[in-house]
Amino acid sequence: MDFNDTTSEAEFRVEARDWLASQVPKREPGQAYAVRRGDDALLPLAKEWQAKKFEANFAGINLPKEYGGRGDTRVEQIIFAQEEANFVTPPTVFGISHGMVVPTLLAYATEEQKQRYVPATLRGDEVWCQLFSEPAGGSDLAGLRTRSERDGDEWTVNGQKIWTSGGHYADLGVLVTRSDAGVEKHKGLTYFFIDMKSPGIEVRQIKQISGASHFNEVFFTDLKIPDSQRLGKEGEGWRVAITTLMNERVETGVRPAPDFDDIFALARDLVLEDGPAIADDAIRDQLADWYVQTRGVQLTRMRTMTAMSRGQQPGPENSIAKVVNSSKRQRIAQFGMDLMDMGGIVRDRASMPMESLFQDAMLDSPGNRIAAGTDEILRNVIGERVLGLPREVRVDKDKPFADLAALEK
Amino acid sequence: MNFDFSDDQRMLRDQAQKFLTDQSPPRVVRDVLEDSAKAYDEKLWGEMAALGWMGTAIPEEYGGAGLCPEDLCVLAEELGRSLAPTPFSSSVYLATEALLLAGSEDQKQKYLPDLAMGETIGCFALAEGVGVPTPKNISVTASNGALSGVKEPVADGDVANFVVVLARSGAADERGMSLYLVDLDGVDRESVETIDPTRSHARLTFNGTSAELLGAEGEGWDLVQKIIDRAAVYFAFEQVGGAQASLDMAVDYAKNRFAFGRPIGSYQAIKHKLADMYIATELARSNAYYGAWAITTGAPDVSVAAAAARVAASEAFNHAARENIQTHGGMGFTWEFDCHMYYRRAKILSLNLGGERRWKDRLISQLEARNAA
Amino acid sequence: MDFTDTPEDAEFRAEVRGWLTANAEEKKPGAIYKAKYGEAALIPLSQEWQTKKFKAGFSGITTPLEYGGRGGTQIQQAIYDQEEVNFLVPRHIGSGIPLVIPTLLVYAKEEDKKQFIPEILRSDKLWCQLFSEPSAGSDLGGIRTRSERDGDDWVINGQKIWTSNAQHADLAILVTRSDPDAEKHKGLTYFYVDMKSPGIEVRPIKQISGMANFNEVFLTDVRIPDSQRLGEEGEGWRVAITTLMNERVSSGARPAPDFEDIFGLARDLEIEDGPAIANAAVREKLAHWYIQARGVDLTRMRTLTAMSRGQTPGPENSISKLVSAFKRQEIALFGMDLMDMGGGLMSRETTPMRAVFQEAALEAPSGRIAAGTDEILRNIIGERVLGLPREVRVDKDKPFRDLPTGV
Ligand SMILES: Cc1cc2nc3c(=O)[nH]c(=O)nc-3n(C[C@H](O)[C@H](O)[C@H](O)COP(=O)(O)OP(=O)(O)OC[C@H]3O[C@@H](n4cnc5c(N)ncnc54)[C@H](O)[C@@H]3O)c2cc1C
Ligand SMILES: Cc1cc2nc3c(=O)[nH]c(=O)nc-3n(C[C@H](O)[C@H](O)[C@H](O)COP(=O)(O)OP(=O)(O)OC[C@H]3O[C@@H](n4cnc5c(N)ncnc54)[C@H](O)[C@@H]3O)c2cc1C
Repeated sequence: MDFNDTTSEAEFRVEARDWLASQVPKREPGQAYAVRRGDDALLPLAKEWQAKKFEANFAGINLPKEYGGRGDTRVEQIIFAQEEANFVTPPTVFGISHGMVVPTLLAYATEEQKQRYVPATLRGDEVWCQLFSEPAGGSDLAGLRTRSERDGDEWTVNGQKIWTSGGHYADLGVLVTRSDAGVEKHKGLTYFFIDMKSPGIEVRQIKQISGASHFNEVFFTDLKIPDSQRLGKEGEGWRVAITTLMNERVETGVRPAPDFDDIFALARDLVLEDGPAIADDAIRDQLADWYVQTRGVQLTRMRTMTAMSRGQQPGPENSIAKVVNSSKRQRIAQFGMDLMDMGGIVRDRASMPMESLFQDAMLDSPGNRIAAGTDEILRNVIGERVLGLPREVRVDKDKPFADLAALEK
Repeated sequence: MNFDFSDDQRMLRDQAQKFLTDQSPPRVVRDVLEDSAKAYDEKLWGEMAALGWMGTAIPEEYGGAGLCPEDLCVLAEELGRSLAPTPFSSSVYLATEALLLAGSEDQKQKYLPDLAMGETIGCFALAEGVGVPTPKNISVTASNGALSGVKEPVADGDVANFVVVLARSGAADERGMSLYLVDLDGVDRESVETIDPTRSHARLTFNGTSAELLGAEGEGWDLVQKIIDRAAVYFAFEQVGGAQASLDMAVDYAKNRFAFGRPIGSYQAIKHKLADMYIATELARSNAYYGAWAITTGAPDVSVAAAAARVAASEAFNHAARENIQTHGGMGFTWEFDCHMYYRRAKILSLNLGGERRWKDRLISQLEARNAA
Repeated sequence: MDFTDTPEDAEFRAEVRGWLTANAEEKKPGAIYKAKYGEAALIPLSQEWQTKKFKAGFSGITTPLEYGGRGGTQIQQAIYDQEEVNFLVPRHIGSGIPLVIPTLLVYAKEEDKKQFIPEILRSDKLWCQLFSEPSAGSDLGGIRTRSERDGDDWVINGQKIWTSNAQHADLAILVTRSDPDAEKHKGLTYFYVDMKSPGIEVRPIKQISGMANFNEVFLTDVRIPDSQRLGEEGEGWRVAITTLMNERVSSGARPAPDFEDIFGLARDLEIEDGPAIANAAVREKLAHWYIQARGVDLTRMRTLTAMSRGQTPGPENSISKLVSAFKRQEIALFGMDLMDMGGGLMSRETTPMRAVFQEAALEAPSGRIAAGTDEILRNIIGERVLGLPREVRVDKDKPFRDLPTGV
């Protein structure tokens, strides 16, 4: 085992750190970027930062050079993410674009399309959204109903998507539709990418519990898509969607604040009834749990990387990170407020410790436990795909989708 | 960077697993559990000695294999998985490590070769009954090279040849503590009952017993911290092995036991329970790996790494062993099934080096110290 | 609302307390009764105590007078229970009072009630519960022990398991399958049986603690007269439900260690920097257990009030068992953790509170399994209290013999 960098890794780390230091301020524990996820002002700032990274060759670190990447491995990508976490940079708005869409394009798009879209996406010039979830199908993605009908070289799409993050500013989207309701539910799906400016698309923002409006409803009325924008075969959309989703759970290790370091810093700074919070045994007990979880997730991810560097595919064990981190973030946010006692309810960036990080996260973190696979679905994934436990009794198999949809009514 | 054991180490693990599956099946553990006259399995100990396991981390010049702590961790995980009923942890993780850390050349020459061969068994005496041993309350005293007082429970104290004892040689503070080596021949010792009879424990009564300083006088407390840090990592591997075994048993049972016409593993109450056991075990494993690397390389944050490994592993094993019984329903509550052997071992391992509450506190202290540095 | 007694209640409470003070030893914090559950020595002590209670009119407080009870109210029973927990007294042994009496009251013939109920209240006769089988625990409807009618008798063949106290019991309640061709819950028939009948063999099973308090019971051509049937042929499930409903109406007696015990330990025990009770991490846990213990007590009182208004206790009683059983296990394990390196020691002579924490650590897992597992109780709360839809069942609407068993 070696938790140290190799010589070339160390060199890369220094290069990354030096470059970051020349561009952005170093981050103190608890310090957050002035503009938060979900704020409208974030997009141009995030794009500007992404373009800088791209020009300095720190975008798409593990992606092929011919598509604008750096052509290194995931290890370098993670090293960069580790370093970047120590600086104050805009929260990314490219999670879907880079983490999910690019791998899908690389696997399914034509050469010409890859050349056209991947570099522009890595540079942050074009932002993508993911048009998967529908009112009737979130966890049960394959229950989606948005219809696509083929007419020669063109498809016509009608239906509705929901929870589309960034749908209101995205330039492009990846879309799963039902092209055949007469076959079993996973078999009648077809996958496309679309221009969000196309006629027939209407985007309506949804207000979240925090008050921010980061996700949307998207309505399609006779939206026309050229067949050339189909990814994968007709009726094989489920397979393409799985490629997109698999990459959703291979996280880079960026952890939205507050995490252990933030609550640890808060506990050291905050004075309670009989001294600093950190001296209180009950608080120490809590902190210890979060430390071993945080560290455990980081180290587990590193183990996965080693397995990948040996040529193994990252498996469903990646779900661990998401299950653990999203609940932890919510609990840390709430505990941080509890430490602030009677004043903990105030949500004011100007006056609150760490610019109201805990209060904001309390209202933002519930979404982490839902988006990209709910806690429950991920435990099913671990139970079934890692431990090999028998699946639930399914009542939605081996029947035409149309019959199922009728059943729910 | 490389976050896994090397190919050689993985081979060692496979060999150890195979050996223990053959030589330490549940029946062997059970024999020790059920036969109160049997403190450990001597045959198994002999076979392990023949493989040179006790000498894994002992330098070649003292008759060991000269491998590194990481290799010992590989073995520890397998010993934990199989619940091997031997004094390995006392002799190897504690007594041997104490000698390596603080022994004089003479002391090393005298003890290590026999320890490496498994011909001498060492143990480690810190606890003095119920409660937390601190410099203020340690009551075994040393004067003029003789010890007086009672240590209890001392793991393997009834079968060991010698013991490393923490005693008060001066004031009741950290600087007044020293470590001693005591030959157990002729020392008054008595087996005591604990919740895990597959690991024997004793009460040692010193009565002006002659003892030899290990390390400098007044350094005992600091040495104990270092010894315990390292032992915490080895224990963590045993705990991870035990947690994994508990999880494996539960998964296996859940696939095959039917209720209401379905395997119980298809019910989310069970499926999610097992997913949580898996998560806890993996997080503990990752923390333990880092601990192994930290003690091997002497990383600056070794104390943080050790405490994190210990906290995560104690929680994971206790949790997995407890919920393994639950998954088995009535069967899990029977003597006949092996679930309880893991439940007992989980608890005794999490107490032997001090309870979970205290290690969590220690972890935060170490983080504070690291931050201050 | 009124958490104080009415004048009549207060009078009854004073009577109970006076009687208990005269007849039993008051419990000091951390004191544990001399004989433990599962020990043979407990049985005569329990029988003696039960007889005393009976004579004083405190056994079967709600049981009708004509069957030897007091004919009192649920509230009086609760008052008695609240008082009794403050004294060191032996537990009632077997299923007689909690399960058998309520079942007999509904289903037995008058003469049987007259005979058996007073015997149970005095503990002259001990009963056990022959329900669970190797392949049917949570899924009690899956039992296979066969009953076949032969004239005025039934002939029973099969095996029961986990039968607590079968080795001491004089009589038992028994569920059997009389018709394997019917749907699984429809082919059951319920009896009571004399445990001395020919063809009954009891083999003890050792528990994880080493004690053997439960058993396998083999039934080979056991003959039971039809007069010992409770409920109609094929309606055994309904009778069993009556029995089980009462399994979850707990009396309020909380086996140690509970909050008071861990609170007592925390006050007595010195840890690294003073008494454990001064440590904030310990205090936080104590607070958590206190609100659980108190919450369960008070929830039970609310149920009592509902019962005194004539409502039947519902599935919300599952809360009490679910919370208490897990709490007991956690308290036992945490008590040991507080004792730190010495926490594994297990000697009644030297370990604090006669090693109640250590012994309970090895006994508490059963609390989460017996009489409805944690998981089943959560299903019950979800489905019967909250009205959530049931699991997809694959064992319905088919003859019992065609169901999947996994073997
Ligand atoms: C902040 C945020 C951003 C999002 N961004 C996007 C986006 O950009 N694009 C997109 O397509 N979608 C997006 N989503 C949607 C997200 O993928 C879905 O919300 C998620 O898959 C859950 O689906 P649902 O909301 O329909 O809940 P449901 O699927 O209805 O789930 C409701 C509850 O039931 C549970 N449940 C469901 N099925 C099971 C089962 N089989 N077993 C046990 N429990 C079950 C769930 O765990 C959950 O607790 C976003 C969601 C959030 C909160
Ligand atoms: C100490 C003790 C005393 C007992 N005394 C008696 C007695 O006197 N008489 C008697 O008849 N019985 C007695 N029992 C038996 C007891 O009722 C059963 O053990 C219990 O019902 C569980 O059944 P099982 O052991 O077959 O476990 P299983 O039913 O096999 O359960 C195994 C696991 O699967 C889970 N599970 C099962 N079904 C579901 C589901 N649908 N959804 C989610 N999870 C599920 C359970 O919760 C459990 O975790 C006793 C048991 C114990 C431990």
